[in-house]
Amino acid sequence: MEVIFKVQRFDPESTDLVSHFQEYNVQLTDSSTVLDGLIKIREEDDGTLSLRCSCRAAICGSCAMRINGEAGLACNTKIIDVMPQDGSPIVIEPAGNLPVIKDLIVDFQPFWAKFKAVEPWLQPGDIQPEGEYIAPEEDMVHLAGVVSCILCGACVSDCTVLEVDDSFLGPAALAKAYRFSRDPRDESDDQRLAQLNEPGGVWDCTRCMKCVEVCPKGVDPMDRIMLLREKVMDAGHNNTSGARHANAFAKFLKNSGWLDELKLPVMSFGIFNIKAMIGLIPLGIKSQLAGKRPPIFHHKLSSAKEIKKIFEKVESKK
Amino acid sequence: MQEKNLFLADTLNARTFALAEKSGLPLMTICSTCQGVMSQANQRLTEDPEYLAQVNETLADEGLEYKGTIDPKHLLWIIAEDLGIDFLETKIVRKLEGFKFAPFYGCYIVRPSKALKLDENPNRKQALEQVIEAVGAEVVDFPGSTLCCGFPILTINPKNSQTMVANHTIDAKDRGADSMVTPCPLCHLNLDGYQPNAAALAKRDIDLPIIHLPQLVGLSLGIAPEKMRLNKHLVSTKKLLSELADAP
Repeated sequence: MEVIFKVQRFDPESTDLVSHFQEYNVQLTDSSTVLDGLIKIREEDDGTLSLRCSCRAAICGSCAMRINGEAGLACNTKIIDVMPQDGSPIVIEPAGNLPVIKDLIVDFQPFWAKFKAVEPWLQPGDIQPEGEYIAPEEDMVHLAGVVSCILCGACVSDCTVLEVDDSFLGPAALAKAYRFSRDPRDESDDQRLAQLNEPGGVWDCTRCMKCVEVCPKGVDPMDRIMLLREKVMDAGHNNTSGARHANAFAKFLKNSGWLDELKLPVMSFGIFNIKAMIGLIPLGIKSQLAGKRPPIFHHKLSSAKEIKKIFEKVESKK
Repeated sequence: MQEKNLFLADTLNARTFALAEKSGLPLMTICSTCQGVMSQANQRLTEDPEYLAQVNETLADEGLEYKGTIDPKHLLWIIAEDLGIDFLETKIVRKLEGFKFAPFYGCYIVRPSKALKLDENPNRKQALEQVIEAVGAEVVDFPGSTLCCGFPILTINPKNSQTMVANHTIDAKDRGADSMVTPCPLCHLNLDGYQPNAAALAKRDIDLPIIHLPQLVGLSLGIAPEKMRLNKHLVSTKKLLSELADAP
């Protein structure tokens, strides 16, 4: 079958330094992958097309790119799954949120820098066991998903926070931080969790689930970030807006059965955060004028007692 | 609640589902975030009988039990799937011809696709566009339509949150949108309430009204704008409504 690819090209040696799209028509079969198509273009049609690839089996993580606007591995994406029904081309772009070197090749330097920042290695305590380190099987089974990460960068490519702020550690590095923080043999949690609690760490994730959706290996980075938040709070780091928000949310629910929307932003920002409190005033006035203010007196839901009982029962088990 | 205690969050959702089961009625939401949270909780509850049993043990104190039969559904899906776009078209008394609307799904009604059963119901990825077209308006495509509005980090990182608002609203505006339509009240809150801040951050005017999905449908059904509180938005809908009133 004939397949049309629309590929983003960028040549660092060109004079205008602007990327553009180029179309290619390729003959492929039903079982072909996007990578098969790109390699065929490079070998038979246009030797200047640059891309990274190696194993062709979703193991090496080299060929992450955007296929029809969403990150994925070219080698495990079948043409028939992404070919538009209306005959329009398959759009191929380099991975996002990383600088483009040439065509579909991006610079992974920022990726590695963040990866390194979370110290992605095992840091056991001072006392060494006489034999080998023993880790309970269930702990390692729990970590199997996150250990599957092949560092392809698909999650980083489509992260909606990195799109607006490159100081965020990002889904790949944070998932790896979880992998070591949760390892029973690692004893550096005090320092790890304190670092992850800083700006650019676990609280900056916007929970959009893009990373969960595009990860080709089921690592679920965002879910790991949520578990890290729980660990960070359990370790006593409760003085961030994110922690205050989570704690206030739970407190309102426990005591009244629903949210006090008037007090929630105040408690999340922190009542002594003068700058944020002043920042809330214009919105407060505008909302008041538009008649959109939540009730001043927060009342309990009729089922508040039952909800509180559920909280108490579950919390006593933790 | 999820980041505080996942089991507790799932138990609270199971309580809602158990109450819905008891009432014998299907469960509808008008909120994308509720949809996402409930679908994911429901997935965890229904795919693991042992987990469900643990949750039910807690609910038993109140005499409740969740049997796993609830399928929470957003109004958008009910319009597009259960009632059908054809049915909607027969009810329209006011075609919104000449207006351009940018669809803003937000995150939780499109991700995670497995819990939301998007593979079984591929139509769900296009439902908002279908409703916009059914009411006679034109769809404005823009890349941010399924990305994050910034609401979840509103208090955590206001600058990032408002940059997201600015990027999406400016993008839609520059592509000719008269208004943005969203099935998510939290997206609405951020895109509407924080648009003035976002405009200040981006150093330009935006002035793009953000309409709730029920308001869009309501306008086409001839429901009075004030009745749907279209006069209570922070980004004024006045211009949009007067154009609508003047249109033939």
